[in-house]
Amino acid sequence: MVPVSYYIILSSVLFTLGVAGVLIRRNPLVILMSVELMLNAANLAFVTFARQYNTYSGQLFVFFVMTVAAAEVAIGLALIVAIFRTRRSIDVDQMSSLKG
Amino acid sequence: MEPSSLFNLAPWIIFFPVIGLLLNIILGGRMGEKAVGWIASLAAGAAFVVSVLLAVALVSEPEGVTVPFAEWIHIGTLQLDWAFRVDTLSVTMMLVVSGVGTLIHIYAIGYMHEDVRFKNDPSRFRRFFVFLNLFIAMMMILVSGASYLMLFVGWEGVGLCSFLLIGFWYEMDTLGRPSWANANAAKKAFIANRVGDFGLILAMFTMFWAFGSLNFEPVFGEARAMAQSQPWVIVAITLLMLLGVAGKSAQIPLYVWLPDAMAGPTPVSALIHAATMVTAGVYLIVRSAPLFSQIYDVQYIVATLGAATALFAATIALGQNDIKKVLAYSTISQLGFMVAAAGMGGYVAAMFHLATHAFFKALLFLSAGSVILGMERGHHHLPHHKGHQEEVFDPGDMRNMGGLRKQMPVTFWVYLIGALALAGIFPFAGFWSKDEILLEAAKTFPAVFWMLIVAAFFTAFYMGRQIWMVFFGEARTPVAHRAEESPKIVTVPLMVLAFLSIVGGALNLPYSHRLEHWLEHTLGVYAVAAQEGSGWVLISWGGLNPRLALVATVASLAAIYLAWRVYGRRPLTTGQPDPLSRLGLVFTGMQHKWFIDEAYKFLFLNPYVRLSRFLAEKVDGAFWHDWFHDTVLTGGFNWFSRTALNQHVDSGFIDGFVVNRILGEGTRRLSARLRGWQNGYVRYYALTVVVGVVLILGYLLFR
Repeated sequence: MVPVSYYIILSSVLFTLGVAGVLIRRNPLVILMSVELMLNAANLAFVTFARQYNTYSGQLFVFFVMTVAAAEVAIGLALIVAIFRTRRSIDVDQMSSLKG
Repeated sequence: MEPSSLFNLAPWIIFFPVIGLLLNIILGGRMGEKAVGWIASLAAGAAFVVSVLLAVALVSEPEGVTVPFAEWIHIGTLQLDWAFRVDTLSVTMMLVVSGVGTLIHIYAIGYMHEDVRFKNDPSRFRRFFVFLNLFIAMMMILVSGASYLMLFVGWEGVGLCSFLLIGFWYEMDTLGRPSWANANAAKKAFIANRVGDFGLILAMFTMFWAFGSLNFEPVFGEARAMAQSQPWVIVAITLLMLLGVAGKSAQIPLYVWLPDAMAGPTPVSALIHAATMVTAGVYLIVRSAPLFSQIYDVQYIVATLGAATALFAATIALGQNDIKKVLAYSTISQLGFMVAAAGMGGYVAAMFHLATHAFFKALLFLSAGSVILGMERGHHHLPHHKGHQEEVFDPGDMRNMGGLRKQMPVTFWVYLIGALALAGIFPFAGFWSKDEILLEAAKTFPAVFWMLIVAAFFTAFYMGRQIWMVFFGEARTPVAHRAEESPKIVTVPLMVLAFLSIVGGALNLPYSHRLEHWLEHTLGVYAVAAQEGSGWVLISWGGLNPRLALVATVASLAAIYLAWRVYGRRPLTTGQPDPLSRLGLVFTGMQHKWFIDEAYKFLFLNPYVRLSRFLAEKVDGAFWHDWFHDTVLTGGFNWFSRTALNQHVDSGFIDGFVVNRILGEGTRRLSARLRGWQNGYVRYYALTVVVGVVLILGYLLFR
């Protein structure tokens, strides 16, 4: 059996990739994908610990996370479409009207 | 009714006068003078009836009771209640106060009716009766209290009434001219009394400190033991009390207010300044007999003070020309007799003289009031009425009178009776009471005895002088010629008082000693004089010493004869100087009250005024106000607020440093720095979140 620490390490790597993607990439679609990556890294950790402690609550929580992620992506895509319609661009660096 | 239930009526001796004065305050304005006067008189009369009922109750229970009425002061060990001490002594005072008081109320209806018209202010009639009823209530509190503090409440209350009534015509002098003379007389009385009250207060403090109580019973119960263990406590209490007595009962050195108090309307002079209030001091000594009897030296001081006052005031009375001033000094003199008697341990004699003196001195004052009214009527009838601005007529000056027995026969006869009673002529009331005092004096302090005999001689002389100057000879002014007799409402109370002045001696005749046995229930062993006397004083006809009575009577008769030689044989004529002025400086001294007022002014008043000027102008004005207040306080505050606070702290530090530098400049710089974060790039915000999360997680993991 593969040790738990492998899963955790994989989860950490995926999460770090997600964070890096969010911080570095300028395409909102990629950012959304990176967010999904972080969520799934978290899901992986949930499932891992659920296995280890032999409970179902972790596995159940993954379903909630997937549901929320789906909803979030729907809203995110809708936002992107709306922004594209007004700005003719989806570069996040151009969406800086909050600049002080 | 059971006697004990009669005792429960005791509070009504105060409530009846209070009801009377409330009725007059609330409804008096709508009623006529008659109704106002009769309500007040009935209130006083009702108090008299209650006093009689209490006396009746005492006949079967003579040892007396304390009737509790209301809780008053309960603080720690101080337990004081408003309780009524009903015993033979207090009821005797109640009877005198309410009895004489009622007669004077009735007299005042007639007197004030005319007085307010001569002085052009009829609306003041009601106020007079309100004050009079208040006085009766306060006097009743004084005599009925079961503790020294309750007595003190009444003591101050009657002082207030005295002040109000002396200054009744406060905006004029005794002759009705605009001036503050009457108001000043009222102030003088109040301040002189204040000096005395100071002594009484200190006496009470000492008493509470030593005995732990102000109620009569515990204090008197422990007096003897205290006198043996700490005699100086008793000495302090009694001497301080004596100062109070000197104030209220007009003894040396505080008597000066009483002659000036004659500025009040005549019923006031009769009721307050002759018959009742001024005897409160005597009552205080008699009530405190268990204290005063303990120390021989104190008794000696009290007796000597009383006798000295009696003699001194009698000499002044010889030289007075105002009919009421003579009586005022006579009152001081007679109060001196009472105080001397009480000092000698002759408490019964003091009370006896107090009662008879209340009768005949009230009679004399009221008759003098009747004389003054008669003179004022005569003045009113004079044809020249337009120009009475230029010449002011004094209706109380005996030099303006003369021959009034023809115009005012009733007043003359009652005045004569009062004068004979005062002079101590057998068988009038004054003879018996004065004789008892003299007997006590002969037994205890011979020096006092001779002083009192001389005072009695002077008494008879100045009364003889007054009678001849006022009623005999020929009218010395047209006013006296036209004087008129007073109406019935004035003369009937006079007749009642004259009757009492004749038979008043029956209270305590030799052999029967009714008053002595009556007071024995309260005073106990102190009712009987301690010393039996020796030698020539020893012979006694049932308490009357024939030799002594002879000496006193001979002295009085000689004085009257002398008065006739001087004033009666050749009556004064208009403008003639007083025959006594042949005495030279002595008469000048008598006429000017031995310059005591001037001496007081020089010794006390002027230094006091100078001291207060100094305090006001130098200490308060120059030092306190100008220097300390203006320079130190205001200047310091100004410097502190303007220079220190405003310039340095506020402008310099707060405004310049805190506000400008820290808040203003600091915020500006901080915002310039922080503005950089708000670059609008989403990823920076996300990075902030990540950094934050990492920091929180790091803290949670590695703390």
